[in-house]
Amino acid sequence: MSKKTILIVDDDMDYLFQMKKKVENLGFDVVTAEGQYEAENLIQSFKPDLCILDLMMENDDSGFILSYKIKRKYPEVPIIIATAVTAETGISFDVRSEEDRLWIKADLYMDKGIRSDQLQREINKLLKL
Amino acid sequence: MDLIKVLVVDDEPGIRSGVARVLRDFTVSYPFMDEACKFEVIEAPTGEDAIQIVNTNLPDIILLDNKLPGIQGIEVLEYISKNQIDVIVVMITSYASLEVAVRANKSGAFDFIPKPFTPQELRSSIETITKQVYFRRMAKKLNTAGKQIRFQFLSVLSHELKAPLNAIEGYLRMIQEKQMGDNLEDYEQVVNRSLDRIQGMRQLILDLLDLTRIESGSLNRNLQNIDIVQIAQISMDTVRPLAIQRDITLNFNHPDTLMFNIDAKEIEIVLNNFLSNAIKYNRDGGQVFFTLKVADEHLHIVVEDTGIGMTEEEMTRLFKEFVRIKNQKTKNISGSGLGLSIVKKIIDSYNGDIMLTSTPDKGSTFTVSIPFTT
Repeated sequence: MSKKTILIVDDDMDYLFQMKKKVENLGFDVVTAEGQYEAENLIQSFKPDLCILDLMMENDDSGFILSYKIKRKYPEVPIIIATAVTAETGISFDVRSEEDRLWIKADLYMDKGIRSDQLQREINKLLKL
Repeated sequence: MDLIKVLVVDDEPGIRSGVARVLRDFTVSYPFMDEACKFEVIEAPTGEDAIQIVNTNLPDIILLDNKLPGIQGIEVLEYISKNQIDVIVVMITSYASLEVAVRANKSGAFDFIPKPFTPQELRSSIETITKQVYFRRMAKKLNTAGKQIRFQFLSVLSHELKAPLNAIEGYLRMIQEKQMGDNLEDYEQVVNRSLDRIQGMRQLILDLLDLTRIESGSLNRNLQNIDIVQIAQISMDTVRPLAIQRDITLNFNHPDTLMFNIDAKEIEIVLNNFLSNAIKYNRDGGQVFFTLKVADEHLHIVVEDTGIGMTEEEMTRLFKEFVRIKNQKTKNISGSGLGLSIVKKIIDSYNGDIMLTSTPDKGSTFTVSIPFTT
């Protein structure tokens, strides 16, 4: 079976670099984009196996918008929204209820400080590996 | 037009309707008010009714008769003061004994109107009170706005301070987990980026100190008649290494000396910010034109660059705290987002102006003019 490709989108170049390395070390290919618009262009011609999106990029809700657009084009591609928002504002997002799932097209929310082993577990679960 | 609610508490219907008639077409305006105040009169025949109205439809002013059929006016006043209700109370009474007056005063009555009063007496009393109401409203408004701005500032600040910490922590974890393998050289980028972020954080803290110093007022300001050209030379020396790195030419156009009454440290902050921005947001091999001159009783500072420029919309946001214009062209340029808001605060405090013209991909020109103070 060929390697799965994961799209990581974040406007913080440091986080993007760290996440790319982390995910590559888990045995995946990684494609990166530095913002919502760059990612929107990318997915026109490229279908990732899974996406990890930052929430606040060009706009405060860039992650949501991007998630919606990816799901419209590739409904079966799992999406993780990575956010530091919980730690900073105390607002926690979750997609447990069906209603939330309809509204926000993401499969999982995770904290940006996630450990490698947790990340691996979550990715494997979503990719059904 | 601002509306002020006046509650008249009196058991005589004639007094109540009289007040309503006098205030119906009355307006109060002072030069410091944006618009004139109008009045709406609410009537209550008893103290009990008055308390109910105070609790459901709080007026701004209460005209309160003391001698009422049930509870007395003074008891209404005491109820208001005990519950710390924000309203101005004026006692109207024909039986104002000294004892009642003292009690009323103690409970926070603002004024007395002796009964009977003429329409003119009522109007002039209301005029004074209206000024009071207006000031209270303004104070409240400013207080709320101030708190909100402070909260916004702090939440953005904590985000800005946390972002570099997160990045550095991430890099340290990469090293800890040896994510780049066992070869130390492979960690060069990791270490360099960490150092960059630490430097950015240090600059943010320095900028914050400047900002606090300026906001705390001109108490520590050291106004001196100094040669701005000399200060400008220091600023040029500060930014020159940055310019050389990117092959940017600095052109400095100035008289031999330019004496001006200003705080040396503050003008240096202003010049450093403009010059380093002109380099940071320039293109490699670009130019900076920096001019100092005096014209029309003003000091003029002009800093022009041949850099990335910005759109109209970006220009409107530029001087706000923690605003950094985010786009493809600026993504690799670091900054605290405080520089220009600090500059603006300094210039404002000298009653100066900042003008900005800019064209995307052509460059920006900042023009500052500060009046010679008398």
